[in-house]
Amino acid sequence: MEFAELAREQLPRLYGLARQLVGEDAEDLVQECLLKAYRSHAELRDRQAAPAWLTRIMVNCARDRFRSRGRRVRESPLPDVEDFSLYRVIAAEDPFPYSDSLHLDFLHRFGPEDVWAVLRGLPEIYRLPLVLVHMHDVSTKQAARLLSVPLGTLLARLHRGRKQFEKDLWTYAREHDLLREIAREGT
Amino acid sequence: MIRCEDALRDLWGYLCDEVTPESRARIAEHLDACRRCCGEIAFLNELRRVVAEAEPELPADVGVRMEAFLATLEGSTDDRPDAQG
Repeated sequence: MEFAELAREQLPRLYGLARQLVGEDAEDLVQECLLKAYRSHAELRDRQAAPAWLTRIMVNCARDRFRSRGRRVRESPLPDVEDFSLYRVIAAEDPFPYSDSLHLDFLHRFGPEDVWAVLRGLPEIYRLPLVLVHMHDVSTKQAARLLSVPLGTLLARLHRGRKQFEKDLWTYAREHDLLREIAREGT
Repeated sequence: MIRCEDALRDLWGYLCDEVTPESRARIAEHLDACRRCCGEIAFLNELRRVVAEAEPELPADVGVRMEAFLATLEGSTDDRPDAQG
């Protein structure tokens, strides 16, 4: 199996994952991941397993970076998000009074860069599970193994992360004129 | 039947198949009767789709540098797996 060929196939996905994990340092992280993968790719027997194998190497590289920079993983309680519902906030605030598909209109104002920006604002402890499960189709069991946490911990972080993400989407929309712009179009 | 507030806490888990069978049955019963929570779960499903499609793209210049890096790896000897014994 040619390593370069395998890596080329995965490059766009790896870069996307790296951006979501470490932001502007993505290119360095991809290189680090490729170097480690190259050194050990003789161990990879099944080409079908290559995407998961590369994901594991990249997540480990990212976690090493977080640790080396002294970024402690804190289980912050994220107060006031447990019962937050973006759906209900949108219905209550009714930012687009002329819309007959209020909630979809809200979501469709978010381009990929907007979604990514909101995700980047989440603490790593919540962002990593969300990125792996919702953007890279990693199962919750696999994500728990990748992040070296019990499944229950992973599920709790996913739950809190999703709620905080919903809340942050609303804040982002207000701060970046996504609501006002639609209101203008509707008038 | 459970209340909306109770269903609300587990709608994501229901959608992503992360709840127990018992909890799943309770939420399903609630959804059969609650239009608002049905609307909410449809919204969360759309949000899930929007997130899944938000992966950053590989910029052309980064792709070129990565290709060069791969070529360097392929051309190197010290880092080759078989060179490490």
